[in-house]
Amino acid sequence: MAFFLETLIAGLMVGMLYSLVALGFVLIFKASGVFNFAQGAMVLFAALAMARFSEWIPGWLGIESLFLANLLAFAITALIMFAVAWLIERLVLRHLVNQEGATLLMATLGIAYFMEGVGQTAFGSDIYEINVGMPKDPVLVLQNVFEGGVLVSKEDLIAALIAALLVAALALFFQKTGTGRALRAVADDHQAAQSIGIPLNRIWVIVWCVAGIVAIVAGIIWGSKLGVQFSLVTVALRALPVVILGGLTSVPGAIIGGLIIGVGEKLSEVYLGPLVGGGIEIWFAYMLALVFLLFRPQGLFGEKIIDRV
Amino acid sequence: MIYRENGHFKTSYAADRQIFPIPQDRWAILAILAFAFAGVPLLADEYLFRAILIPFLILSLAALGVNLLVGYCGQITLGAGAFMAIGAYAAYNFMIRIDDMPLLAALLLGGLASAAIGIVFGTPSLRVRGLYLAVATLAAQFFWDWAFLRIKWFTDYSPSGSVSIANLHVFGWKIDSPLDKYLLCLAVLTLFALLAKNLVRGAIGRQWMAIRDMDVAAEVIGIRPMYAKLSAFAVSSFFLGVAGALWGFIHLGSWEPAAFSIDRSLQLLFMVIIGGLGSIMGSFFGAAFIVILPIFLNQFLPWLGGLVGLGISTAAVSHAEFMIFGALIVFFLIVEPHGLARLWSTAKEKLRLWPFPH
Repeated sequence: MAFFLETLIAGLMVGMLYSLVALGFVLIFKASGVFNFAQGAMVLFAALAMARFSEWIPGWLGIESLFLANLLAFAITALIMFAVAWLIERLVLRHLVNQEGATLLMATLGIAYFMEGVGQTAFGSDIYEINVGMPKDPVLVLQNVFEGGVLVSKEDLIAALIAALLVAALALFFQKTGTGRALRAVADDHQAAQSIGIPLNRIWVIVWCVAGIVAIVAGIIWGSKLGVQFSLVTVALRALPVVILGGLTSVPGAIIGGLIIGVGEKLSEVYLGPLVGGGIEIWFAYMLALVFLLFRPQGLFGEKIIDRV
Repeated sequence: MIYRENGHFKTSYAADRQIFPIPQDRWAILAILAFAFAGVPLLADEYLFRAILIPFLILSLAALGVNLLVGYCGQITLGAGAFMAIGAYAAYNFMIRIDDMPLLAALLLGGLASAAIGIVFGTPSLRVRGLYLAVATLAAQFFWDWAFLRIKWFTDYSPSGSVSIANLHVFGWKIDSPLDKYLLCLAVLTLFALLAKNLVRGAIGRQWMAIRDMDVAAEVIGIRPMYAKLSAFAVSSFFLGVAGALWGFIHLGSWEPAAFSIDRSLQLLFMVIIGGLGSIMGSFFGAAFIVILPIFLNQFLPWLGGLVGLGISTAAVSHAEFMIFGALIVFFLIVEPHGLARLWSTAKEKLRLWPFPH
């Protein structure tokens, strides 16, 4: 029982991290109808920038404090991501308005290749580490309920907390601010939003900026977990089943979907994996999402698809 | 003036229905084929065969398969690499497990195995569509990547996980030199391109296009979506399976599952989108573009670096390749979202009016 609970909790934590990446997909798809395959590259790019700046800044400015150096690095990385968002809107998306979904998807793949190249040229292509002072040691909880207690990684716990905070902040931003209202209006109907004077281009820049911030947070958490390296881009592939399971247009869907996929992956790997030779978690997530899709083609929380002929 | 449909009077239904109604087109195609079969072998050297021509031919075949599904039937797939892998491994197993298996039969059986599995993985298309379907097809990609890596029976319990095949021959013709391989691939591609061209202008192709344009409307006018979609998946997977078997047997010789990873699937999708969705010709353009561009960049960038007096390291070259490849793809999508095939058809329209445009 304790072991099951341990697996379950580990699954929930990983799921939270998946939803962090999935959130980036959902935000951009909602606002602009672009399925952003570059999200993985953005995570890598942000993580690389963050890792290298926090390494360089103490030398440049003579700052001793780890916290201050990380904060500065975060600020610089955020500025870079804003510039990236603006450039993407200006140079790519603006010219591809009203194209088919597949064409836009391929364009973001092109962006992904470009960013992978630029990121590795500018920041190097070795394995770097991000040290934001996260505790690495696991803790034992519920020792009085189960014999031996349940082992929980403190790092995962903090990461999941940060993810939850970010989601809460985003929800507030969307519900309570004027810009957030404009974003929701654009997500509902581009033309109607434009007709009441919401500037579409600016909204797109903002939403890519928000996705950039989400990418930085995901990059920091995943980067401090796995090390900052090229394989971070595959995190996006792990998050895709989360997106379609939850529904491409739903923020809560990304969270719930992430938790379901995280738990499903861990439980299947532990209980089913040994029977068939292990390593099944990557395709199991997709199969799980596929089964859900057969019953709800728009995902768990996606908008109902209505056909008009 | 000369290049136009008008003035060529047909006297039979067969002549009226032929693939290329304009005589100049027929001559051009025949000339290209003659050049490919007879001219290229005289001119090309071994490097050209190995690095460019053979990959181009095989990937064109695969791109044709993807184009039938994505371009003609409108079902986006990101799992094309998996079906190439299925074709390659199925053909491999037929070759080693059955004595005296002819190569061509193994290729076709590999294609058929791929088609059967394509039907299974095509069933979600009956419920979901668009980007949801694209992600759903990724399930096929990751599942088969895993299966060929972990299920040892498929790789005949080879300890390294890589399989190889040797001593290929077709009706006593030994496929040994790059020239033989080139001719075999070219022959297969010619036959399959003809098949594809005829499929898409026949009843089944029109059903696919109706489904692509508006599936509910197509259903209303009496097209069975299940039959149309699953047949598209089957035919596309068949093409991909044969291409995969050729890729493994002829191009690579010995291969691992990584040869058919998700990168291959994305590369194939790039080919059909850059080349032109819903165009047989576009598949060839796209394949040529995607095969030649990285090789060109790989040769050209160090040369350029040397020109301005900069020694560029190999790592920097590979990063620059990434950047330029990505930027060029975005550029092409912006200036010609309908692909290179659209440029081709625009040129043909112009030619129709030439030399008196008014």
